[in-house]
Amino acid sequence: MTTLADVLVVGGGPAGVAAALELRRRGVEKVILLEREGHLGGATRHCSHSPFGMREFGRVYFGAGYGRRLEHEAQQAGVDVRYGHSVVRLGEDGSVLVTAPDGVETLRARRVITSTGAREQPRSARLISGDRPIGVVTTGTLQSYVAFHGLMPFRRPVVVGSELVSLSAILTCLAHGARPVAMLEQGPHALARAPLTWLPSLAGIPFLRGAEIVDIRGRERVEAVQIRHAGEIGTLECDGVLLTGHFTPEASLFLQSNTGVDAGSAGPAVDQDGRSANPLLFAGGNVLRAVESGGWAFREGRSVGAVVAADLRRDPAAREFVPVTYDDPVKLTVPSLLRPSHLREGAFRHFQLRFRRRAVGRLSLELDGQAIWSRRGRWQPERRVLAPLPPRALLAAHVHFGFQEET
Amino acid sequence: MPLQSTPGHASFDVAVIGAGVVGCAVARRFTLAGAKVALVEKGADILSGASKANSAILHTGFDAPASSLELELVRAGREEYLEIYKQLGLSLVRTGALVCAWSEREADKLEDIARQGRENGISELGLMTAAAARATMPTLSNGLVAALEVAGEHIIDPWSAPLAYLTQAVGLGCVFLRGTEVLRGEFDGRWRLETSAGALEAAAVVNAAGLYGDTVDERLGLGPEFRIKPRKGQFVVLDKAAFRHVPRIVLPVPTEITKGVVVCPTAFGNVLIGPTAEEQDDRVRATVEMQTLEALLARGAEIVPALAGIPVTAIYAGLRPATEKKAYRVITRPEKRAITLGGIRSTGLSAALGLARHALRLHEGFGATFAPPAPLPAVSVPNLTETCRRDWQQPGHGEIVCHCELVTRREIEAALASPVPPGDFGGLRRRTRAGMGRCQGFYCNARLAEMTRGRLATPLAVDEGRKP
Repeated sequence: MTTLADVLVVGGGPAGVAAALELRRRGVEKVILLEREGHLGGATRHCSHSPFGMREFGRVYFGAGYGRRLEHEAQQAGVDVRYGHSVVRLGEDGSVLVTAPDGVETLRARRVITSTGAREQPRSARLISGDRPIGVVTTGTLQSYVAFHGLMPFRRPVVVGSELVSLSAILTCLAHGARPVAMLEQGPHALARAPLTWLPSLAGIPFLRGAEIVDIRGRERVEAVQIRHAGEIGTLECDGVLLTGHFTPEASLFLQSNTGVDAGSAGPAVDQDGRSANPLLFAGGNVLRAVESGGWAFREGRSVGAVVAADLRRDPAAREFVPVTYDDPVKLTVPSLLRPSHLREGAFRHFQLRFRRRAVGRLSLELDGQAIWSRRGRWQPERRVLAPLPPRALLAAHVHFGFQEET
Repeated sequence: MPLQSTPGHASFDVAVIGAGVVGCAVARRFTLAGAKVALVEKGADILSGASKANSAILHTGFDAPASSLELELVRAGREEYLEIYKQLGLSLVRTGALVCAWSEREADKLEDIARQGRENGISELGLMTAAAARATMPTLSNGLVAALEVAGEHIIDPWSAPLAYLTQAVGLGCVFLRGTEVLRGEFDGRWRLETSAGALEAAAVVNAAGLYGDTVDERLGLGPEFRIKPRKGQFVVLDKAAFRHVPRIVLPVPTEITKGVVVCPTAFGNVLIGPTAEEQDDRVRATVEMQTLEALLARGAEIVPALAGIPVTAIYAGLRPATEKKAYRVITRPEKRAITLGGIRSTGLSAALGLARHALRLHEGFGATFAPPAPLPAVSVPNLTETCRRDWQQPGHGEIVCHCELVTRREIEAALASPVPPGDFGGLRRRTRAGMGRCQGFYCNARLAEMTRGRLATPLAVDEGRKP
């Protein structure tokens, strides 16, 4: 069966819901939101600790409460929300293959917005050495154990990583009777900012910088890890390994399609409107890049929704795009494509960049070989970097971020 | 523990020791012949040792040693698989293989390999120029010099096959005793086995204990005539995005030391790179190592450049039960009514059904006869492979529990209620694919912890039983 919608939104986290709300607000008739779970909210559903909703709804929600607010808003706005609908394949022509409890269905729309979010990389993708016992999980898994089932996967985990989410992972452990044995950061510095990084020591958890797991040991369940720290190998007894951070876009729908993903961000390559190389397919939220807050994802989804509402009024923009290139310590840019546009305002007013590693130097935006913006700084990995996206960039034949490193 | 009850003094015609792919096939073959069979396994589930980690290729035997028992049994096993797979709900992905030469020296060897293959009775062999080979698989690196096509090499689901063999046996009365380690055995006209879960009696024993083949023979007072020298193989599984780049099995030209690294599709729609061949003394630990995995990834991208940058879905390592010699170590002791199927290194999946027939033939020499059961009930295991219809495509599946692999609630419930239910989390993964996908259980692991409460030897949650 084929249903014709104006817009299909894939994924009911903050970005997807915001896009759907904005489309309806701008009078788009038929907006179908496909959500694989039984509720809206996406990753915010298991984040019991973080406040959400301040900027979009003017009040603070926690985890599930924020999701309920999204559900309420979507219902009020007349969004056709389909729960338990898991998208299997993204078609080139605006169709998507869906599986739901009633079976398989193909839905078709004039535009598709993918907002499938991000997740932490599992142990396999990090190629961590050792046995493969039970008890090696990511923060997201731990939090769904706790939030949805009242269970715990371990009592004495070693925590790997020092991003913001790592601190949230420690709070989740402490709140549910688990006592982390240590927190390890491979680099020389914590990736989150002080004073948040004081948390482990306040909780009496050793924070080892420059430390990494070299061997996970355990037959059935984790029994110990060997770590390399300050050039020496040591053993930490534990019953689990909690892998935190290392987020990656959940972009498998693009990865498996002909459109593919961007080598830098691992999410779909999009232009200033959130439009991919295929002009029917848009994306917004953390599927574009790992990783931003729920509030950021919401605003981004809303901007993409606004653009798509305008885009529906004309033929799909099949114009050629210009890829955005960048020098090495820059890991990714969003957008990573630019297209000449009829729209008064794009979805993104800035380039978002991330650095691969710590670097000191001058970052500059060059249009057709000419620097139009630059800034010197001390750049950190996993931190948001914004650069202006002036309208004339859309007309340039070469768009490049240069970096002059100071040693 | 929800595992099956202790055997007491139950009496059997045949006790098969070890529920790897060979043990499951042997249990099936003897049960089909009419024997009352106990399959004794020390692990919590079938395939707890060498059989859980292999490259899932159904071999032709083109590169097996000439006129060896291995060649005979690989061919017999393959032939029977092709006869029975459809009835059992199993799959066959007809990929064919290309033995790829990446240098002139390797190319010179292809002729010999082809000759050997023809002597081994494999007719569908074709020497190809690099251009012809790349016409059948355009993603191969342009460093290719020449190739040998082996059309009969195929891919199967390596876990559902033994599960189907045992499911069929259990349906006909075979008793599967898991969590049951054979500690000692005595023969005085009949075998009396002492196990970690009580004693049992059997007229004959078949040792299919894989990595512990020598240990079990020793415990039974039989030799041992060989020593297991575990050989580790590490593998990397790439995301399903890689699948379209690897339509065929890509084999290297083997060296004296190793068969080399294979790049092949899996029946589940991924791509596999591996194995390594690393000798070790440890029979328990099969660790993965970052540097080795990185080297495998690099090798994979040399062979098929489009694989570069495709995310890793899974990493694993297995141990092959190699011995001092390359040959299978099949030993029959009519005076003791004992058969040892040892040293089944890397062709066990292909040869298992052949080994089972061979064991039955050897057992016939012991003089016992059985009456085959009739009629045979129909047995079928659920399909997990991408080439056939999956449960998520049918209405009424309840919900998708694992979105990466599209595993339904109905499939998980069916596995838990099946005649040979999973005994541990690995067993559940192998039976359903849940948690095997790109997020490796980020989404479904907690749900599975909830659904498998009280069902697995090692529960996923540490506080099982406590409700919020």
